[in-house]
Amino acid sequence: MGELKERLLLAPLRGWALIGFGIWNAILWSLVVTSGSLISSMGVGLLLLPATLAMLRSTANTARRLAREWGGVEIEEPYRPIPPELAAEPGLGGMLRRLLARVGDTQTWRDFAWAILDSIVGVGIASLAAGLVLYGVYGFVIGVFWPTLTNAGMNDWYTFVHVSKSGALTNLRWATFPVGAAFLVGGAYAGPALIRLHARWTSVLLGPTAGAREAALNRRVARLTETRADAVDNQAAELRRIERDLHDGAQARLVAMGMNLGAAEALIDQHPEAAKALMAEARESSAKALTELRELVRGIHPPVLSDRGLGDAVRALALDSPLHADVTADLPGRLEPAVESAAYFAVSELLTNAAKHAHASRVRIDLWHRDGRLRVTCTDDGRGGATVGSTGSGLAGIERRIGTFDGVMAVRSPVGGPTEVTLEIPCASSSAKTSTS
Amino acid sequence: MRVVLGEDLYLLREGLARLLIAHGCEVVAAVGDGPDLLEAMVEHRPDVAVVDVRMPPTFTDEGLRAALAARARVPGLPVLVLSQYVEQLYARELLADGAGGIGYLLKDRVFDAAQFVDAVRRVAAGGTAMDPEVIAKLLAHGGAKEPLGTLTPRELEVLGLMAEGRSNAAIAAKLVVTERAVAKHTSNIFAKLDLPPSDDDNRRVLAVLAYLNR
Repeated sequence: MGELKERLLLAPLRGWALIGFGIWNAILWSLVVTSGSLISSMGVGLLLLPATLAMLRSTANTARRLAREWGGVEIEEPYRPIPPELAAEPGLGGMLRRLLARVGDTQTWRDFAWAILDSIVGVGIASLAAGLVLYGVYGFVIGVFWPTLTNAGMNDWYTFVHVSKSGALTNLRWATFPVGAAFLVGGAYAGPALIRLHARWTSVLLGPTAGAREAALNRRVARLTETRADAVDNQAAELRRIERDLHDGAQARLVAMGMNLGAAEALIDQHPEAAKALMAEARESSAKALTELRELVRGIHPPVLSDRGLGDAVRALALDSPLHADVTADLPGRLEPAVESAAYFAVSELLTNAAKHAHASRVRIDLWHRDGRLRVTCTDDGRGGATVGSTGSGLAGIERRIGTFDGVMAVRSPVGGPTEVTLEIPCASSSAKTSTS
Repeated sequence: MRVVLGEDLYLLREGLARLLIAHGCEVVAAVGDGPDLLEAMVEHRPDVAVVDVRMPPTFTDEGLRAALAARARVPGLPVLVLSQYVEQLYARELLADGAGGIGYLLKDRVFDAAQFVDAVRRVAAGGTAMDPEVIAKLLAHGGAKEPLGTLTPRELEVLGLMAEGRSNAAIAAKLVVTERAVAKHTSNIFAKLDLPPSDDDNRRVLAVLAYLNR
């Protein structure tokens, strides 16, 4: 039943939507041409062109999304990334340079060609998807109501059937029924396939060229090399820290304990009081060693994280924070352990920042997992002005750490606040085994 | 006093049992994993259960979950949870039913046998024994969060000691004030936290709960 609905209703409706899309494309490419040609005559084109190009790009991205959602064809975004320093460059110079970068991207030209051709090819395919079923229905309508319709001045032909012709062939007008039925069935069969075909057509020009694909791969390799080096460095530094902490802390205390106990053993018969004092000291050392080990373990992998997973671990962090922190977590089961750990320490750092640098009093942390990505937002009511790389903020460290997992960070922190930091890390979740009691 | 013991490390289990027996307790069951522990607690209905958080089979927080499950079936069953680390989150979960009879201590506290056994007794009697480290973390924030913001620093201090499970007399000794002064503080605390008049023990538990729930 659901499938029939898709064939008879959904596919034609999508067809109509795609026709509308094609018509918009016809308007769009004319706008691009107009704004482009205005550059030579007057300067205004320079101001208009970025806007129309942005429209072109967002239209192309919508088409990619529709191709994925309706036609099941995945189309990557093949644009060359704009380097961050260029994206942040203020004033007219920055605008012009960004415009040049955009015009210099081959894909912009392919988008443009697509907009022109889609108003013909795309509309053609979409019309079939939209029209076949409807035309089939019309066959039945004209078969019954042809006198009214022809009197109203409508065409009295339905395909090869001349409905108003009387005489020997009078009965032929009923032939519209089987013909209409054939269109209906044909349309129902072809509808989804036509929508898929339309998606394939979209991918021809909007998908990456071989060159763009290779460039993207090269960028990916460069990024992986960089994040892998970071990960290795981080890990080595972490191991060094642990080694040092153990060496100066628990290890040293155990040595002291052993010495104290040895001395106590020797003294216990002659000087029981002195032996007692040494043993008390040994006990104190063992308590201190435990405290230090506990802190160390917390820094390596907090026990509550292994016990309960990210949601409760962040709740525990919020409880320990001096700020009034609200946590919402919408996480199915457990996430990959390494990602859980990275996200945990990131949130820990963000909470510290909110208290120490932003002087916030309230923080809101939201965690959720959707479409194979973990998203974390942390919003505080502090004084803002945080930037990645500003001294001591630790934001760059977070970015590096989640970079290992292809995670990204966005910081919005106008001077005066509030600060909102969003992290997004691709990761799978296992709804299995949250451990049973 | 009849005790059920849940601890997976043999040495610690034996040590704890010996310590408790030496102080006149009867260890009715000593088990080494979560499911056994739950069964023992429900079956023996001990005066108090002394429970390690991390145990087989998953080595996460079975002990805690077994304790919560047992208290769901036997309301108010006194439980003293021992752990290598303390989390406010877990303290709140343990106290959430408001029935009292909850202890939550670092394992190191066992070193001081007299104090530890004292804590076991307090919990068995329906009181609380929160680890000073839990309290210290709370005090570190100065009670800026609601509804404790209305308490004076001194009252917060008294509340903290109350959460550790100390009696008015013990609090008075610790703060070097008279017991009457402490009684005045506690009644102020109950009033400010809007706790209805009931027996003192129960109100103390509720006050601690409000403290942890801020």
